[in-house]
Formats: sequence, C-alpha cells, structure tokens
Amino acid sequence: MPNLGIDVLFKGTNFLRLLEGLWVAVRISLISVAISIALGLVMGMLMTSKNKILKMILRLYLEIVRIMPQMVLLFVVYFGTTRVFGWNLSAEYSAIIVFSFWGVAEMGDLVRGALISIPKIQYESAQALGMTQPMTYLYVILPQAVRRLIPLSINLITRMIKTTSLVMMIGIVEVLKVAQQIIEANRRTSPNAVFGVFAVVFLLYFLICWPISKLAGYLEKRWA
Amino acid sequence: MDWDTMISYLPLYKDALLLTLKTGWQGVLLAFMIGVLCAVITHLKVPVLRQITGIYIELFRNTPLLVQLFFLYFALPKIGIRISAQLCGSLGLGLLGGAYMTETFRSGLENIAPIQSASAQSLGMNGLQTFRYVILPQAVSSSVPGLLANVIFLLKETSVFSTISLMDLMFTAKDLIGMYAKTIECLTLLVIFYLIMLLPVSILGSIIERRLRHAEFGN
Repeated sequence: MPNLGIDVLFKGTNFLRLLEGLWVAVRISLISVAISIALGLVMGMLMTSKNKILKMILRLYLEIVRIMPQMVLLFVVYFGTTRVFGWNLSAEYSAIIVFSFWGVAEMGDLVRGALISIPKIQYESAQALGMTQPMTYLYVILPQAVRRLIPLSINLITRMIKTTSLVMMIGIVEVLKVAQQIIEANRRTSPNAVFGVFAVVFLLYFLICWPISKLAGYLEKRWA
Repeated sequence: MDWDTMISYLPLYKDALLLTLKTGWQGVLLAFMIGVLCAVITHLKVPVLRQITGIYIELFRNTPLLVQLFFLYFALPKIGIRISAQLCGSLGLGLLGGAYMTETFRSGLENIAPIQSASAQSLGMNGLQTFRYVILPQAVSSSVPGLLANVIFLLKETSVFSTISLMDLMFTAKDLIGMYAKTIECLTLLVIFYLIMLLPVSILGSIIERRLRHAEFGN
C-alpha cells in the first residue's frame, strides 16, 4: 500500500484550516440562500402577476441566469463591474451578489410554480370572504405554498454549497484553495498528499451536502 | 470598448468554443448512456448493481464538478491512472451528468401507469417487449424536459474545465485578461460566446418539448 498522504492532514493545524475553508463556503451559501428566499418570494409573486411587460422582464432575467455559467457571472461582477464602475468590491461580496442574483431567479421560479399549483378556487374563496390581496397571500396562499417550497429551497442550499467551490477562482480562500495550499506546502515531504487531501475534500463536500439533500427528499415525500 | 481588439480575439474564442462544445457533447453523450444504464438497473432492481448505482448517484450528486475534476486530474495520477485533460473533462462531466440523468430517467420510468404494462401483458407481450415497445418510449418522452434541463446544466458546467488547464472559453478569457488587461472586451466576448453556445440549445429544447407532448397518451 503506497503512502497516500492522508497523514499530511494531521500535521499541525492543517485539518482545522480545511474545516475553516469549508465554513467560508457554507457561510457564503447560507447568506446567499437567505437573500434568495426573501427576494425570491417577492419575485415569484411578481411572476404570477398579470402585467405582461413585468412578466417578460422577469422571464428574461430567469433565462439569462439559467444560461450563464455562474463562473462567468463571478468574473463579470468581480473583474468586470469593478472596472466599469470603478468601485471596490471584495471577492466575498461579489460571490454573495452573484449567488443571490442566481438564487433569486431560481427561487422565484420555484415560488411561481408553487403559487400556480394552488387551485384558483382558493383565491376566489378568500376574495369572497372579503380578504384583501395581501391578506389572501399571507393567510391562505403562502401557508400552503410554503409546504411545497421548503424541500425545494433546501435543495437550493446544497446546489449553492456545491457551486461555492467556484469562488476560489476569484481568490477566496475556501476549502479547495486551502487544500491546494496544504498540498503545495508539503510537496517535498509527501508528494502523494494530492491524492489524500483531494479525497478528503471530496468526502467533506459529500458529508455536508448528502444529509441536506436526504432531508429535502424526506420532506418532499412526507409533505407531498 | 475597443472593437478592433475584440475582432482580433475572435479566432481564439472560436477555437475555445469548438473545444468546449466537443468536450461538452462527449460528456453529455456519456452522461446519457450512463443515465439510461443506471436507470434501467434501478428500475429492474438488479441486485448488487443497484446498490453500486445508488452509491454512485449519491456521491456524484452531492459533490461539485470542480472537486471531481481535481480528483480525476490531479489525484488519480498518484495511483497510476493518468488521463489527458480533455478526456478528464469529458469523463468528469459524463460521470456528474450520469448521476443527474439517472434520476431523470428513473422518474420517467416510474411515472408510467401500471395499467400500461398490464395491458401490454394481456396483449401477449413478454417482459422484454413490454419494456422495449411500451415502457421505454413513453419514459423517454416524458423525461425529455428534465433531460434538456440537464444538458443545459452540463454545458454550463463546462466553464469549470479551465481549472484543469483545458483551453475552453473561460480559460481563453482569463488568459487574455492576464496578458493584455482588456478586461471588459474579454468578458463581453465571453458572455456573447456562452450565449451563442447555449441559446440555441435552450430554444431547441422548448421546441422539442412541445413536439414530444404528442407522444403522451393513456393518462
């Protein structure tokens, strides 16, 4: 059995650093998910509105987000907009902006799906009872829609965590970058560290995302 | 905006686009094959193979492509498996996509009403015939929207290839920015080329989706 260099991780604070890197990734995605859910709810409601122009603009926004790779968006925001507008944007803020931009669109589409899946009679009955539109949404529609939404938004969290692996490309030191640093630092003493360390990173991502997606699957089945 | 620079960059971007498309489609094709195979295995409940498929799907669905590629490209050579960057890209994309495609096909297979196979049986078809002529065509057509979403997702993910030094669109843009610092021009071209690559797929997708609706019947 050749030395696969997993021992490198237990030298000094290496493993702790790796976990800190993972936390950076998780933190970015949690902040973005929070923003996405809040704005996504509004976006979803707007998408079901009857205003044709508004609908078309939102549709266009969704299509752009669907088509553009997140990496391109990261580059455009971090390198492009800073150049054009001359502002200063830290890499982490850029990442949060991009992930929220993406998440709001995805979340909006999910909310739209959940809202139109609720039978029209619910809206009409609420209206017949003399409820105003905000009241209808708050007390009748949203409580029903949320049930469908929770599993889907939990799924969005795992997608975000997975996509945060890209932020190392704009210079954020997250788990993958830390892994590279550890590998580089130990290149001489254990040349095989690249195998062990990347295997551990692979597992770390799996251990974070797997329970979350299992939970989403469970809730989806239970609440369906 | 410096138009002359942008025009002089065009050939580089064109090469990158072709490379991205080539690697991307190989990956998508591989993903498609893995997906059909694994979905059939799960659907027919083949022992042992089914468990392996399950582990494979969970592993690849819950890790980022970037990490998978790093593992394939940087880690595997240490245990004696050395593959070129391009093969690595297609393989990584295929393995990731295979996991997603399996789920899509599987739900397509599950959505077919039991009455379909019961009717086929009462018409005297055997198991294989039922699967080949009744179940599979319906399953494929009902999973088309999901499949197309997967294809777009996979082609999008190709942007990660640049990290294993494959000269794709992202790599070219990064390289040119690094050399000539024409950030805005390079990024504009990058966005335009991704649109060129993905917009037709997206439009084609909605056309095919509308066409295939006709294949549904019996529910």
